Amino acid sequence: MSFDFPLLSLIIWLPILFGVAVFATGHDRNAQLARYIALTGSILGFMVALPLYTQFNITSTAMQFVENYVWFERFNVNYHIGVDGISMPLILLNCLITPLVVIAGWEVIKERVSQYMGAFLVMSGIVNGVFSSLDAMLFYVFWEASLIPMFLIIGIWGGPNRVYAAIKFFLYTLLGSLLMLVAFIYLYKTSGGSFSIQDYHQLAIPLTPQILIFIAFLLAFAVKVPMWPVHTWLPDAHVEAPTGGSVVLAAILLKLGGYGFLRFSLPITPDASHYLADMMIVLSLIAVVYIGLIALMQADMKKLIAYSSVAHMGFVTLGFFLFDAYGVEGAMVQMISHGFISGAMFLCVGVLYDRMHSRQITDYGGVVNKMPIFAAFFMLFAMANAGLPGTSGFVGEFMVIMSTMKISFWYAFFAALTLILGAAYTLWMYKRVIFGQVTNSAVEELQDISKREFVLLAILAVLVLWFGVYPFPLTEVMHATVDQLIVHVNSSKL
Amino acid sequence: MQSLYLLVPLAPLLGAIIAGLLGRYIGRVWSHRITIALVSVSLLASVIIFLDVLKGNVFNGTVYTWLVSGDTRFEVGFLIDQLSALMMIVVSLVSLMVHVYTIGYMYDDPGYQRFFSYISLFTFSMMMLVMSNNFLQLFFGWEAVGLVSYLLIGFWYTRPTAIYANMKAFLVNRVGDFGFLLGIALILFHFESLDYRFVFEQASDITDKKIELIPGFEWLVITVICILLFIGAMGKSAQFPLHVWLPDSMEGPTPISALIHAATMVTAGIFMVARMSPLFELSDTALSVILVIGGITTLFMALIAVVQTDIKRVVAYSTLSQLGYMTVALGASAYSAAVFHLMTHAFFKAVLFLGAGSVIIAMHHEQNMQKMGGLKQYMPITYWTMFIAALASSGVPGFSGFFSKDAIIEAVHFANIPGAEFAYFCVLTTVFVTALYTFRLIFMTFHGQPRMDSHTKEHLHESPWVVTLPLVVLAIPTVISGWFIGSIVFGDYFANAIYIASAHDAIEKLRVEFTGIGGMVIHALSTAPFWLSVAGIFTAWFLYSARTELPGKIKYALYPLYQLLDRKYYIDELYSWLFAGGTRALGSTLWKYGDIKLIDGFFVNGTARIVAFAASMVRRFQTGYIYHYAFTMIVGIFVILTLWLK
Repeated sequence: MSFDFPLLSLIIWLPILFGVAVFATGHDRNAQLARYIALTGSILGFMVALPLYTQFNITSTAMQFVENYVWFERFNVNYHIGVDGISMPLILLNCLITPLVVIAGWEVIKERVSQYMGAFLVMSGIVNGVFSSLDAMLFYVFWEASLIPMFLIIGIWGGPNRVYAAIKFFLYTLLGSLLMLVAFIYLYKTSGGSFSIQDYHQLAIPLTPQILIFIAFLLAFAVKVPMWPVHTWLPDAHVEAPTGGSVVLAAILLKLGGYGFLRFSLPITPDASHYLADMMIVLSLIAVVYIGLIALMQADMKKLIAYSSVAHMGFVTLGFFLFDAYGVEGAMVQMISHGFISGAMFLCVGVLYDRMHSRQITDYGGVVNKMPIFAAFFMLFAMANAGLPGTSGFVGEFMVIMSTMKISFWYAFFAALTLILGAAYTLWMYKRVIFGQVTNSAVEELQDISKREFVLLAILAVLVLWFGVYPFPLTEVMHATVDQLIVHVNSSKL
Repeated sequence: MQSLYLLVPLAPLLGAIIAGLLGRYIGRVWSHRITIALVSVSLLASVIIFLDVLKGNVFNGTVYTWLVSGDTRFEVGFLIDQLSALMMIVVSLVSLMVHVYTIGYMYDDPGYQRFFSYISLFTFSMMMLVMSNNFLQLFFGWEAVGLVSYLLIGFWYTRPTAIYANMKAFLVNRVGDFGFLLGIALILFHFESLDYRFVFEQASDITDKKIELIPGFEWLVITVICILLFIGAMGKSAQFPLHVWLPDSMEGPTPISALIHAATMVTAGIFMVARMSPLFELSDTALSVILVIGGITTLFMALIAVVQTDIKRVVAYSTLSQLGYMTVALGASAYSAAVFHLMTHAFFKAVLFLGAGSVIIAMHHEQNMQKMGGLKQYMPITYWTMFIAALASSGVPGFSGFFSKDAIIEAVHFANIPGAEFAYFCVLTTVFVTALYTFRLIFMTFHGQPRMDSHTKEHLHESPWVVTLPLVVLAIPTVISGWFIGSIVFGDYFANAIYIASAHDAIEKLRVEFTGIGGMVIHALSTAPFWLSVAGIFTAWFLYSARTELPGKIKYALYPLYQLLDRKYYIDELYSWLFAGGTRALGSTLWKYGDIKLIDGFFVNGTARIVAFAASMVRRFQTGYIYHYAFTMIVGIFVILTLWLK
């Protein structure tokens, strides 16, 4: 396959086109058709993304699969896309998760099926667009567009308090990203009329404007990640979202924030990043410790996993601001791995919720007696969530802790507390839900997972173990890009 | 040879996967046949490797690259030397015996295949731990054995006590692992490698480096590293104050108490420190800490064993105390003695546990020794094997435990770093206590009048051969394994696998005095440990066989002391109040006041309320009445005109 082929465009627009096709099936009497079109689209979306990995040149630091067309000549806005070692794994993760959420909603979603399935496909394409945009305006359009499908998914198929959660999600993230737009306009002016992100990377900026730009970006990305203290939209959004929504939210949408730091904050404002690194590290550590403690006390399983997500994403932001290969690569690995594990955890809760219609830990107990296969999967994912070596959950945390030690013993000390806290909140929940005697008649009637659920969980289980035992292929593709980024961020722009 | 190395861990892993995933299809018999065959392969390979290592063939190499980041390669690899080869034999032998024993012990359990899967998985994990040539894989094995231990303690998952105990075990171990991981991070930071050989070779270069953890206080980096690593060992090898999980782990089925919580996994900490001897030798401070912690564990855990009535708990506290012995040996730089005691203990403690299990089967899962008695005539094989193990445990000359324990006591005696005197007092006193509680168990269980109900008594019989065969097989090394002390401890068996600084010459002094095992036995007859041991056995006989009414009276005469021991010094209560309760209270406070009230209540919804309030104010101007707007316009015109005309 030659590089002139617009592969990346295909990866972005194919899911969106299929999404539109799914919408076109309309009424629920065509639900089965909508499901099959969605499944086909999502699987095709994953398959067309595979050449990104196989054709990827791991030694190159340049953008690959680049396409560049003029969009608005007047403002020098271009349809400029391409991937490097940071965005490519995230695109693959996104393309992998999409078929999983389609399968996860297969029988569960019975109303407005076409709109539900279509929304996920459209969102998948938009997210691919976010990860591959090399033009700030294009990025901004995709970035904001990604809010809409999720807003609808939470607002329409969500739980009883879905409207509050959807609006909170929307406003929180929208307000965060407005200042990013201001930063883009400032950069457009200082760069002499360019929206090219790669131009911004080379732009010399004095310290004060750098700090202001950094803060503008920070608000946008910190809300998405989310970092403490702008995390409170996430537990509400997760609790109200349908299972598929939670999976995409945790596995994909949070990564947009992490990606933003790597694509914008670090390379565009390296001096401000160094200047404010201690603040970022402390905020990340608060996420690890404070949120870990809060997760322990949650009575709602989804809320617990949502808080655990925030704590795990704390390792991502922590890793970025160590400006070191272990740290940044560890954070990247953590993002990918968190995609598998949090996705799997939400799927597990979804499996229980579909049967019992409750997320309260106290409504469960002794589930293993009725659902042994499910319990085995859940155990694997719980252990991965607790960062057990041999699972992908360990790799990122390990690398980031190793890297943190270079900066300060005490930072590493607080980061490593996750070993205890992560195990405590995950296993305590597991114990109360899965182990013990069957506690009530509803649990007594539980059926073990269906083939459909088995496939979903098995795919994620294999990935979690594979990247835990052999993470090499994952980090291999990042090296060149990350090394170059670190050199770049460690050289001053003043 | 290298494919043979791979076979050692991978054969049991394959067994675990087959029994775990296909167990329900292949059935019970094939599950145990396959796992046992594969563990036998592992044992056989270990023996061949051991013989090869005896010829001096040491291997250190990479299996595959796990990860590359920056300039560091993280690899999975094997270091096969005298230390790991010895451990491999112990692990695979005990594991195989426990596999066989399980056929009898778990024959009517619905989780039969799952159990075999777990113990094979454990064997794999433990092999990865001992065969590792780097800290990363060590940590993998370290946590993996912890996982299997968690799964097995909670094997009977409907029991509230079991699922409490397994979570407690995992979390307490995680506290240790927390220190361990920080130690590994410090090593990576200072050596830029996690490879054992590289780190050991460079270790002397950082002996002058200091680190300021608290402003104004400087520590040697090597001391901090060693203490952090030792915190990991304290978790895994259940040393005070992280010992609390081990007694509760007895909630698991007895075979795993023998395999994991006595013979192998809990000795991982001891093995690790011995493996790290080139690091620990550089820090006298760390060695002193180890001596004191080991001393406390040895004595105070042995005392608890004296008042326990649950047969498994006696053996469990005995394990804690024996692990204390090994730890003390490490602190005295007598690494070879520690590993030697690790080996002899693995055999005699496995016999004690498996024997206890045999008794428990016969008693229909009654574990209270007060309801036993007189079992000797019904179960002679169990009795005699346990009796031999009790002699070994008590350090009676000639039996394995005598040689290993005597070497430790003498080594501590010769040690000259701070804390050695305290540790010496502890290990010496404990000889008496050990003999007392061990023979208390023997007399209460097997001698005297039967105290069980008549139904149980009618059905008393010796256990089937799958149970007694492992007892007999393991009883052999329980007697003879001590005889190899000449080469293993005092000879050059360990060669370069263990490093001892010349200033720490305790073992060297013993080596000079050593004149063969016969000489050691004869010499022992005139030393304190022997007579303390005899006194312990005599006391046990007097109190629990001759004058059985006395223990009750002593209990009431010294009731506060009894209570203190019975409640395990109230440490569990303290921890559950302070750590479990404290953490929950903190989490709850942060959630209610931090997230709900402050962030969400004040900032987020507060902002929304301010906007809503401002909007409601502004809204009043848009009333919709023409005359309001007209009036405002007129006022506006007036104001503008006034300003204009000024």
